[in-house]
Parts: sequence; structure tokens; C-alpha cells
Amino acid sequence: MIDTLRLTAEDAAALLEDGEVAAAELHGAYLEAIRARDEELHAYLTTVDAPEGEGVPIAFKDVISTRGIETTAGSKILAGYRPVFDATVAKRCKQAGLPLLGKTNMDEFAMGSSTENSAYGPTRNPWDPERVPGGSSGGSAAAVAGGLAPWALGSDTGGSVKQPASLCGIVGLRPTYGTVSRYGIVAFASSLDQVGPLTKTVRDCARLYRIIAGRDAYDSTTVELREPVEIPAAEDLRGLRIGVPRELNEVEGIEAGVTDAVRRAIDLCGGLGAEVATCELPRSVEYGLACYYLVAPSEASSNLARYDGVRYGLRAEGNGAIREMYERTRDEGFGDEPKRRIMLGTYALSAGYYEAFYGQAQKVRTVIAREHAALFERFDVLVSPTSPTVAFRLGEKTENPLAMYLSDVLTIPSNMAGLPGLSIPCGLSDGLPVGFQLIGPQFSENTLFRAGHALERALEFDFVPPRLAAKDRA
Amino acid sequence: MSWEPVIGLEIHVQLKTRTKMFCRCELGFGDPENTRTCPVCLSHPGTLPVPNAKAIEWTVKLGLALGCEIAPHAVFHRKNYFYPDLPKGYQISQYDQPLCTNGRFLVPGPDGDAYVGIVRAHLEEDAAKNVHVGGAAGRISGADRTLVDFNRGGTPLVEIVTRPDLRSAEDARIFLQLLRQTVVELGISDAEMEKGSLRFDVNVSVRPEGSSELRTRTELKNMNSFAFAARGIAREIGRQIEIYEKGGEVDQETLHFDPTREDAPPLRSKEEAQDYRYFPEPDLVPLAPARDLVERARAELPELPGQRIRRLERDYALPFYDAEVLSGLPALAALFERTVAAGGDAKATSNLVMNQIVAAGVDPAVVDGLELAKLVEARGRIPRAALDEAIAASGTPGFRADDYTADTAITDAEELRPVVERILEGNPSQVEAYRGGKTGLLGFFVGQVMRELGGKANPKVVNELLREQLGL
Repeated sequence: MIDTLRLTAEDAAALLEDGEVAAAELHGAYLEAIRARDEELHAYLTTVDAPEGEGVPIAFKDVISTRGIETTAGSKILAGYRPVFDATVAKRCKQAGLPLLGKTNMDEFAMGSSTENSAYGPTRNPWDPERVPGGSSGGSAAAVAGGLAPWALGSDTGGSVKQPASLCGIVGLRPTYGTVSRYGIVAFASSLDQVGPLTKTVRDCARLYRIIAGRDAYDSTTVELREPVEIPAAEDLRGLRIGVPRELNEVEGIEAGVTDAVRRAIDLCGGLGAEVATCELPRSVEYGLACYYLVAPSEASSNLARYDGVRYGLRAEGNGAIREMYERTRDEGFGDEPKRRIMLGTYALSAGYYEAFYGQAQKVRTVIAREHAALFERFDVLVSPTSPTVAFRLGEKTENPLAMYLSDVLTIPSNMAGLPGLSIPCGLSDGLPVGFQLIGPQFSENTLFRAGHALERALEFDFVPPRLAAKDRA
Repeated sequence: MSWEPVIGLEIHVQLKTRTKMFCRCELGFGDPENTRTCPVCLSHPGTLPVPNAKAIEWTVKLGLALGCEIAPHAVFHRKNYFYPDLPKGYQISQYDQPLCTNGRFLVPGPDGDAYVGIVRAHLEEDAAKNVHVGGAAGRISGADRTLVDFNRGGTPLVEIVTRPDLRSAEDARIFLQLLRQTVVELGISDAEMEKGSLRFDVNVSVRPEGSSELRTRTELKNMNSFAFAARGIAREIGRQIEIYEKGGEVDQETLHFDPTREDAPPLRSKEEAQDYRYFPEPDLVPLAPARDLVERARAELPELPGQRIRRLERDYALPFYDAEVLSGLPALAALFERTVAAGGDAKATSNLVMNQIVAAGVDPAVVDGLELAKLVEARGRIPRAALDEAIAASGTPGFRADDYTADTAITDAEELRPVVERILEGNPSQVEAYRGGKTGLLGFFVGQVMRELGGKANPKVVNELLREQLGL
């Protein structure tokens, strides 16, 4: 019997390669797991009954366009929308033979940190169904953690891959901006959006990144990788210089249990041969979040303008008046969070406010990038918690958008600088997973994989949620 | 008081690249609606723009022709507004860092050269086309429904903004014609107003002669020909002068002309201050045209119509009028220059080329300059009819002026008749074509007869005989 809770993508590939398991059997096992557990978790919005491909199956966040398969970005405004083309990452997965299991739930237009902003209901955390899986790629994270997919793709704008990976006890990579094509990814904030893998292990993460990364002629902001992606094998950190930015580790709001688990992981780094030293990122942490909440909503306000009811998706009746049709369509189609951000962004871009808001934020962004670059002259990797908290309860932050925004306070600074970040589970706090964030300079994914893998081996974290493992045995 | 008009133009030129600005849909004109589209130009979720390198190259070329500086670092911006012909909800355009800035465009005139300042020339994507159904003549007012044809959406479009340097409706017309000819000769646009590949808006104000103030301007839109525009501008100048002379004030407004009815009074609308919320397009990287490419484009720039007018005036001591007419068709100017180089008198050649060659419908590109120079030289001493025959035949292969200008011509019709008959019998298909209406073939027959007789025939008599034989 295939234990989908424990099976890594690498193991699954080996089973397929050795002929021990047929591709159809493997799909079947996951579809069975979905039938058994997804009613509770609600990780999927759509499942594919007869997936095509002979490789390890995969799940996509519903922000990734899939030809002929409904793609809603978690929004009512795109209900029933079936793309006529595949996103570049979907095409690359197809070419690699990965069958698609389905499309996963997400915060509407990737705006959120708990997956509660989905128009189709929240996803629950496999570790504790009373808690959120994080977001916005919460469906993908829950699917992987809950054994409903061996691996999955998400997208990360302010932390939407790293934070749910952290809250679900799995591995998540936000790649260097420009290394993974955004073509076919329903846009939220173009200068920040990146597709990234959510996996059970760092090696799986590297394998999936290898499939999706590289220049794409359909996305002018992509570049060729500087070196091939290496699947990490080393189990030590000798020669690695690790910086521990004080502000990223001490900012107000980090739970004590999170600090403890991260502290133990940092100590372990020293034991594995890394040189560890503290350092500072004062302006990045102080201004990062504010800066993000100007840049991302501004771009979103423009990116979401195309949902006007004219060509696809929802159209409300306008009584023959185009303005009224626009207004009703957008009022009925968008949830509160997209509306909130469209308003914020529209305001920040308005004449008379542009310089003070969007213009200023872009300048601060340059400062943040420089501050990081300066640290990377002394360090190979910077580390911190991924999220200030472990998974919180459903409904705990929905009434307070600002509290929700603070979930990303530790992932946003490096995102603003376009840097890659890896989150790996490093322990538990009150029985819930804690994520450890590793940030590197641009194009340093190989270094992050190497460090992440060595740490993962040493930490021996069990990614199977105990309650599900217990249920399975019963 | 005497008033001085102050006129500036904003011109849009569609580039005739093979594909669209940000996707690789092929461009066509008159295709069935919505057949030149793809997910990118229909703005499906997740699609991204990929710039057309040829369009950028051509905009640089045009910028150089306009005497602009080419920015080493140019940026595409998003111009945000809602309209059904704009599927993304924003147009990718350029804002404060356009590709071409600060140019001056030579406009030679009868009273000397003038320069029109160019504020900027930038690259953007054209909108789709709204088609209003059920109303009068495709207009929006009274229409039942509006449909959108996305074929045009995403066509590369260059916007050129002039300084308010033009001082009369006629100046504006001359400038527009010269600009049009320039883009056509650069090979980057058809610039046909009927097809919409050239469009322009005009800003008009007036001020007391001698003053340098800029008074309230009005914007004139939707004029569909240069002549229409010139008349519209002249009327608007008159209207504003009248207002000021009665002690009134001109309102800042837009005058929308009805392109189908020139005499209809334009619809007036208040200029709304739209906030387009421009910001740099994050889906594209900034443009950085390489210096060596710009310099190569500069070196490869052909002689521009304005420069050609000036050169023809100066080098050949031609009146402005002649230089302008000759320059209007590069092949005509080239024939003029070939003929003068072969010894033709400049003014006489100019007259002959721009009047008779054009009137005879001869393709100037195939006329031999040396032979034409002989005709120019002989024009005073041979019969007018002979000259006409010669001009008409000047475009045929093997044309020799001597055949028409010989002194010892046979004038006896009885002597010539058998030759004429033989030629007609020998060329039945041409005879049929002639009778079918291709009367330009008369020159061909004259040429054949002349060749048969070694040029020793009177063209007038040959001509009469031919007409008689051909029975027309």
C-alpha cells in the first residue's frame, strides 16, 4: 500500500522507475487520499479524474492557468473560467510528465495569509483542522502536508509559499525573482509574484525547481539560470557563513516557542560546521511591510482592472450602461480583500499621491535591496523564523487585516529585494510546526538547497501530522 | 488688433510591423473581426507582454528622422482607465521617460526654412475598435449595442507631440504632409488616414501678434483628412479671434468633429482632468537602445523629404514650389536629377518632369535621363505634338529621343502609311489592348514606326495615321 502521507516525490519517482508502482496506481492512491481527507481539509478546488503523464503527480495552486481546467484564483469573478492556454510552469510540468491531480485553494487573487479569503471557503491545516494552513498557497501546502499530493506549486508575492510551508510543516521555496516564468500566473503584484515549489523535502524542492526554472520567451522579466540546479547531498555546513539578522529574529510579535525552535536550529548550524554571527537589517524590517503594502496593492489595482465582465468570467447586468455593468460585476465578483487592496493601490497611484506613496516605496525598495546586498558580502545565508507564529485559529485574524498582514513581516523584506528564500520545518511549538527561513543572494538557490538539506537531515523533523498518522494506523 | 494663431499637433502613427507590439499576432487590415487575436492581446489572466524589437528599432529610426535625442534608458508605463476597447484596463504606453525627446523637424517653406519642435515621440499599443451597432453611421449616440473588434488592439503606435510652433492652418497642413511622407519613405507605416494608420489631434489658441503668452487652447479631434483639418483649424482660429474681439474668453474644451460630415458643427465637451495613475510597467524591463545601434540607424537614415526639398531648391536654384512637387514623389525627384546630370537645364527639366511626365502618366522610375535631357534640349524646336508623343513614349524600353527630334523627317503620309499598317499587323495584341482602352499604347506604336524608319518620320503625321488606322 502507498503511504501518501510519508511518500516523498523522490521516493515516488523511484517506485515508478523501478516499476514497483504504475503511474495510474500512484494517481489512484492520491485520488483515494483526496476522497478520504479533502472533505475535511478542503485543499482542492478542482480535481482531475484522469490525469495524464507517467511521472510523479502534482497539484497546482489555482492561480496557475491550466488549459481547459477551471482556474479561479480563488475568486468568484473567475468562476467557470477555463483558460485556453497553459501557464509556462504548467507546460514544463507536462513536458516533464507530471500528471495534474488538481487545483488547490488559495486566498482570492493570492491576497491573504490564511486561505480564509478564498471565495470557495477556507482550507484547514492538516496538523489541526481548527487552524489555518497559512496562505495564500494554503491549499497547496495542506495538500502536501496532508498526503493529498506528493508535491505542489504555489505562488509567493509577500510570503505566500514560505509562510504556508512553515505553518504546515513542509518545505517551500520562493525563487529569485526572474528565474521562474510568470506567464499564465493570474497576476497579483507583477514585480513580486514568483511561482515556487511546496514539498516534503529539500531534495524534492530542488527537483521541482529544476523542472520549472529558466528563461521563458513569454516573460520578458525572466533570465537564464547562472548554473544548473543541483540536487543537494552534503550533510554538513562547512564553509557556510550564516548571518542572523537581529531584527528578523527579534521583531515584536514572534512567539516564544517559535524563537526557541529557531534558536535550536541556529545552534545546530554551528554544530554542522557553519560560521554563525549576528548582523543587522534595520531599515528592511522597519519599512519592509509598509513598503510592500504600497507596491503590491498599487500593482494589484492595475492587474485586476481586466476583470471587467467584458470578455470572460462573471458579468453582472448593467441595464445597458457600461459603467454600471463594470461596477456591478466588480462589486459582486471581488471579495473584501481584493476590494481593499484595489482601493489602497488606486489611492497610492493617484496624481498628487504617487510621489509620496508608490514613488517613495520604490526608493525604499532600493534601500532594502542594498541593505541585503551589503550583508551578502559577509554572509552566504541569512536565517530567521519564516512566520512569527505557528498556525493560528480560523477566524482569529479575519476581523483585523493589519494583524493578518503582520504574518508576512519576516518574509516580505527579502521578497522586496527579489531574493530567494527557503522555508524548512525546524521543530514544533505547542505541537505545531515552526518554519526556519533561509535567505540567500540572487540566484543562490543551490546554496539554499545545500544548507536546507543538511539542516533537514540533522533536524530529523517528521513532516507527517501526528493526528493523520494516528488515524491512518487506526 | 492683429492675432497670431498658435498650433500644436499630436499625431499617432501605426507601425506596419508584421506582428503586434506585445504579442505575435499578425497584423492585417480588413480581416474578419476578432481573427487576429490571442490570449495576450485579449488580456486573458496571467498573460504578459513581450515587446516587438522591430517596432522599437523603427521608433528609434523615426525619432532620428524627427531630430530627436534617443533616450539611453526608456521606460514603458501603464496608463490606467476602463474602456471596453482596452482589455487590460490599462494601455502600455510611455510617460516621463519616452524613447525619443526634444527634436526639431525641418519644414521648408516658400519664405525659407522653418523648424517645428518635437516634444517627444513614444511607443505604445493601439486600442481595439468599438463597433457601434444599430445607430446612425456607426456612431455611438443612438446605437443599440457596442461590439469590440480586437484585431487592431495591440498594434504598435507611435505618438508624436509637437511644440506649439505652427502659426497657420496651412503650416499645419504642410507639416502633416511632410511628416506623413517621411514615415512612408522610412518604410515604417502606411500612414493612411482612411485606414486609421495616421491620426492626429490639433491644439489651437490665438494671441495678440508679437506676444509670447500661451492662451487657453481648444483641442480638435476626429478630422479625417489634411484639407478637412486645415479648414477646421482656420474656422477655429476665426472663432477664437471673434470671441476675444468681443471681449469674451475662450473655454478649454474638446471639439469632436464628425468625420463623415465636415460641415456639421463639432460636438463640444469639457476637458476632464483624467487621472491615469501612470506607473512603470512591471512586466517589462526598461528599454536601453545600444549606442552603436542608434548610431548605425542614424548613418543609414535616407534623405528625408524636407532635406530633399531644401537641396533641390539650393543645388538647382529651383523655386520652392518646384522643389516641393518634385520631392513629393522620390522617383520624380530622382528622374529630375538624372536628367539634369545628363545635361538638361534645371528649370526646363523641372517643368517637363512635374508637368508633362506626370500628366502623361509615365512611370518616372523607368525613364532614361539622358534621352529625357535630349528632349529637354529639343523641346523648343520640335512641334509640340512631337514632344508630346516623345514624352508619352519616354517610359517604353529602348526609347530614343532622336526618333522624335530628327530634322529630316518623312512627312508624306502615303509614304508612311504602309509602315504604319505593317506595325499594326505585327502587334495584334497591342492593337486589341489599345482598342480595349489602353490608349497609352499610342506611344508604343509611334516608337515602333520610328524605329522601323530609323527615326526619320514626322511624329505628328505618324500619330495622325495611327489614330486613323486604329479607328479611334
